[in-house]
Amino acid sequence: MKLYCLSGHPTLPCNVLKFKSTTIMLDCGLDTTSVLQFLPLPLVHSPRLSKLPGWVSKDGTINLEKELKECAGRVFVDSQPEFCLPEKELLDLSTIDVILISNYHCMMALPYITEHTGFTGTVYATEPTLQIGRLLMEELVNFMERVPKAQSATCWKYKEIQRLLPGPLKDAVEVSTWKRCYSMQDVNSALSKVQLVGYSQKVELFGAVQVTPLSSGYSLGSSNWIIQSHYEKVSYVSGSSLLTTHPQPMDQSSLKNSDVLILTGLTQMPTANPDGMLGDFCSNLAMTIRAGGNVLVPCYSSGVIYDLLECLYQFIENANLGSTPFYFISPVANSSLEFSQIFAEWLCHNKQSKVYLPEPPFPHAELIQTNKLKHYPSIHGDFSSEFRQPCVVFTGHPSLRFGDVVHFMELWGKSSLNTIIFTEPDFSYLDALAPYQPLAMKCVYCPIDTRLNFHQVSKLLKEVQPLHVVCPEQYTQPPPAQSHRSDLMLELQPPPMPYRRCSVLGLPFRRRWERIQLLPDVGPVATHLSDLQWGKKIFTQPPIVQVLPLKKMRVRKNPRTTRGDLVNNLQRAGTKVTKPTISNTLRRQGLKSCSARRVTLRKPVHVQARLKFAREHLDDPEEDWENVIWSDETKI
Amino acid sequence: MAREVRCKTVEEPSLVALAKTHAATPSFKNKTASGSHLSNVHLCISSSCFLSGAGQDVGRSCILVSIGGKNIMLDCGMHMGFNDDRRFPDFSYITQQGRLTEFLDCVIISHFHLDHCGALPYMSEMVGYDGPIYMTHPTKAICPILLEDFRKITVDKKGETNFFTSQMIKDCMKKVVPLNLHQTVQVDDELEIKAYYAGHVLGAAMVQIKVGSESVVYTGDYNMTPDRHLGAAWIDKCRPDILISESTYATTIRDSKRCRERDFLKKVHETVERGGKVLIPVFALGRAQELCILLETFWERMNMKAPIYFSTGLTEKANHYYKLFITWTNQKIRKTFVQRNMFEFKHIKAFDRSYADNPGPMVVFATPGMLHAGQSLQIFKKWAGNEKNMIIMPGYCVQGTIGHKILNGQKKLEMENRQTVIEIERCEPGCCHLSLEVKLQVEYMSFSAHADAKGIMQLIRMAEPRNMLLVHGEAKKMEFLKDKIEQEFTINCFMPANGETTTVITNPSVPVDISLNLLKREMALGGPLPDPKKPRTMHGTLIMKDNSLRLVSPEQALKELGLNEHQLRFTCRVQLQDPHSDPDTLSRIYTHLKSVLKGYTIQHLPDGTVMVESIVIKVSSSAEEPNTKVLLLSWSYQDEDLGSFLSTLLKKGLPSGLSSM
Repeated sequence: MKLYCLSGHPTLPCNVLKFKSTTIMLDCGLDTTSVLQFLPLPLVHSPRLSKLPGWVSKDGTINLEKELKECAGRVFVDSQPEFCLPEKELLDLSTIDVILISNYHCMMALPYITEHTGFTGTVYATEPTLQIGRLLMEELVNFMERVPKAQSATCWKYKEIQRLLPGPLKDAVEVSTWKRCYSMQDVNSALSKVQLVGYSQKVELFGAVQVTPLSSGYSLGSSNWIIQSHYEKVSYVSGSSLLTTHPQPMDQSSLKNSDVLILTGLTQMPTANPDGMLGDFCSNLAMTIRAGGNVLVPCYSSGVIYDLLECLYQFIENANLGSTPFYFISPVANSSLEFSQIFAEWLCHNKQSKVYLPEPPFPHAELIQTNKLKHYPSIHGDFSSEFRQPCVVFTGHPSLRFGDVVHFMELWGKSSLNTIIFTEPDFSYLDALAPYQPLAMKCVYCPIDTRLNFHQVSKLLKEVQPLHVVCPEQYTQPPPAQSHRSDLMLELQPPPMPYRRCSVLGLPFRRRWERIQLLPDVGPVATHLSDLQWGKKIFTQPPIVQVLPLKKMRVRKNPRTTRGDLVNNLQRAGTKVTKPTISNTLRRQGLKSCSARRVTLRKPVHVQARLKFAREHLDDPEEDWENVIWSDETKI
Repeated sequence: MAREVRCKTVEEPSLVALAKTHAATPSFKNKTASGSHLSNVHLCISSSCFLSGAGQDVGRSCILVSIGGKNIMLDCGMHMGFNDDRRFPDFSYITQQGRLTEFLDCVIISHFHLDHCGALPYMSEMVGYDGPIYMTHPTKAICPILLEDFRKITVDKKGETNFFTSQMIKDCMKKVVPLNLHQTVQVDDELEIKAYYAGHVLGAAMVQIKVGSESVVYTGDYNMTPDRHLGAAWIDKCRPDILISESTYATTIRDSKRCRERDFLKKVHETVERGGKVLIPVFALGRAQELCILLETFWERMNMKAPIYFSTGLTEKANHYYKLFITWTNQKIRKTFVQRNMFEFKHIKAFDRSYADNPGPMVVFATPGMLHAGQSLQIFKKWAGNEKNMIIMPGYCVQGTIGHKILNGQKKLEMENRQTVIEIERCEPGCCHLSLEVKLQVEYMSFSAHADAKGIMQLIRMAEPRNMLLVHGEAKKMEFLKDKIEQEFTINCFMPANGETTTVITNPSVPVDISLNLLKREMALGGPLPDPKKPRTMHGTLIMKDNSLRLVSPEQALKELGLNEHQLRFTCRVQLQDPHSDPDTLSRIYTHLKSVLKGYTIQHLPDGTVMVESIVIKVSSSAEEPNTKVLLLSWSYQDEDLGSFLSTLLKKGLPSGLSSM
């Protein structure tokens, strides 16, 4: 059993587990911190950004004026922003059988994995994860495609050149794998491979392994996964929360007795208390509004924003902010708010009982009804005419590199009355603000990260008692900025097995038993033999075992597999076979080849029936047809 | 068709009987623990289902299943046609006195119709049951409202006593554990249940009940063709031991839905065109939404102007439930709900009592569906006198209700109830008549979402059950379907009457832990790729200890149990007439066996023995009769087949033409 680690980011993991001849990918997180190296994409032409000087090295030998721009002492890449992908070279992505998704933030790299790689497997995710994940991807694609940038910078990526660049750009890792955003077509195709699962649903993979999602309490539909055979159990914990926010509480007891527990997605803000941050958020917001300034909240369009809105719903009455308009601007704002209301099954108990009344589970429905909260797809259109100041704007993207937030930064950045409040923990706020310097606007940093902290996780591990823990190497030492805080790391006995990008870990397993089924007709033989009374009840007998080879399953799963596919497939796995061998093997196993029918099968009886129907209704007056509701939505 | 059915239901005896207790059913666990014979396990199903007709609001479903020592109650319905004790299932069958808790492991409710959940508060609060009750989220939300509504009509309007109270409904709902689709719920260590989408009403579910390797699927009411607001039922190939299916439309292959819808729209359209009013009495949840969507799209397409009203109260609330539980509706509605929520109707407005007197055409949806009380009855009384108007009954009506009477063609209605008189007086002041002339057109159109014969067959094909059990239908029609099922699928099909118990014997497979060493060793013996279609025989030792079954190699078993290996050897003597010397005879035997047994290892050892595999053959002769040779054969128990073959072979003697080498 082996674990291949394709991502080094602790909260956006991408690991592959090989277990009993199945290959399971656990999450595919997309590291978006790479976009901080790029210049913002303004929605409307920004004279400031277009006038930035190009960068030339001090001795003048390297001239990358076109690609790199300098702003407030830092150098940025002037190109469409690019993301840092999970490692693709470590193993062949087409051999992956299934992908398990734990939450919508951890699936953003899905189109890179499933498209154009020969991937033929299945993706498992819960319904809210799929729907909200789709919204987040749609938003990302929309942000990028709205402001196309013809230029694509590549020269700076050359190793010899990158070495000579200043600042954080020099230290950027894996730049050669950085890719532009996918297209909507890729997103749709990738998401069509998703199969929906419910919490505690037992999903059998090829009869060899069973996987089960469990509630993880972090976001709508977020899940931890159990991967088990009859004798081995691997738990995959990713992005879990023990705080009472909107999602269903975390299921801890099912994680017990694991042989290996893979631990990822702990809080990125181990020292910030989410409740305190929420208080700071409200008080800073109220202060700015009272002083006549505007508040900008860069955030994702789903997740913590629901909690923020709920908190504000209670807060604005008391703080006398009833007349201040709240705007939520995102191409998917409406969908996100609507979707949050329909996932009653995935919500905490409190919210569920509201639905029984029936009332919408989230109070933002009331904010919208009373016109306190308005949502717009973008700053263009209705928003520009209805916009009133002072106001509070929630908009993306939290990196401040693309999306409507760029416009508000340009608009409000110069006034010290305005405040920007950071709530998402994914990006360093100083880095995010760098291309906007010098900035007069106030900045408040209230990162809200509800995921497990080190104290909670050590308590959890004490309770569920896994034999071995695997975690990103970042968790095995204190954060670099607080190296004296030995409480901000995992201390376990036996010590956790750390991984980093490109590690391949052999997991410590000793498989000794396997489960088979005795056919019932063996029963009599057994009783008969037991009459022999060999001292104790011990007897030999012939049970009958069926073993399904995986290759056949692969063909059955995907009947369009060709022999050539299998030859290539096997060659990658190190076996050389010829096409005739494959046909022979498959035929022996009862699978025959055939070509797909191009038209629907129509037997003479169908032809007759159709003709009869047509003759009968030939003379029907037109009004009759008007009354017909066509199931295929034809309009006559 | 509906009329026939109605007579039937009334004539049916009200015999209801329920289950057996645990003790009656031997549990599998006990058996393995005691280590005695591994015989067949009985799976008892006792069914008590009042055979109901086409209507969705009659009959009373309550089925008890005993599986692997667990007792599960499936649905707990009530009969709308009775007003006395016969209304509820007879729980005294389970226990004569005391509470049901210790006899039932769990109760599962498939959907919120009262014939499936109406007796729930009676059972849990008045008879007494404290265990878990499972239902889906929408059912949990809607069920208490319908129960409360029903209680109000029965107690407050009809003045009955000895009925459950509001508090009892609340207490009962506290025992409910919500169920998500496809979630595997572990009721206890052995019993697990899983819900599948059934598409009959919002939140309707089919359930799979599993104990060990035995399983039962109960469909509740289901629908295999997606309609305008619900999807089609779906189940995976779970191969249950028994599939318990409803069979309301057992013999009908219903005419296409499109035809029925066209009929409905045509009638509404015609009436509205000639200036008449259309009354559609409905139950607040279920078909009402389906018909609303239908009319809404029709109005939009035809650009109709006549107003459509929806009686207020429960129905408006009901639409809200549909909006919040949109994940339970069909694909199309779910996909488009952000742009346009199908349950936010543009043309359909809330009804006010005063609108009934407005001139001009209109369409009104009003509750309740059987015209036995409330708004629908009031409106009916106002409109009954005008032959331009029309009433469309989209569902079934119980005997005794006005809905039932007018469907039977009664033209003059006597208003017996004092309350009704007052209402009439209030509506038409000055006139005190107690009878009502029915002049308006009466139409019956069934829109209930049940699977038809084709649908039931389709479900069987999906789930591949080993046995089939039909409930919730008419005996004659079920008989027809039963034959068809037995013919097409060659599986047993049962159709128990009320109170009857069906027992199905299952062939449980026995899970065994096999040591990986042994498995690998056996796999290596059988060549590289095992043929998945052919079972393979393998040898090992089965150890039954501490309630577990383990298959290990014989050596390991001996070591583990601290036993010495005993060899069981069969030896036999065969007399043979042969004039050669002993060694010659032996080599003659060697040559003979070599020619007969091709493909076996046969060795002639220098110590005067011949070995065939592990079978030893020796030759001896006495001094008195040198020509009579005695062959000694010895083989171990494992080689019994070959050994006995050899002994019979040698008994026949050696062929004469053999050379002694």
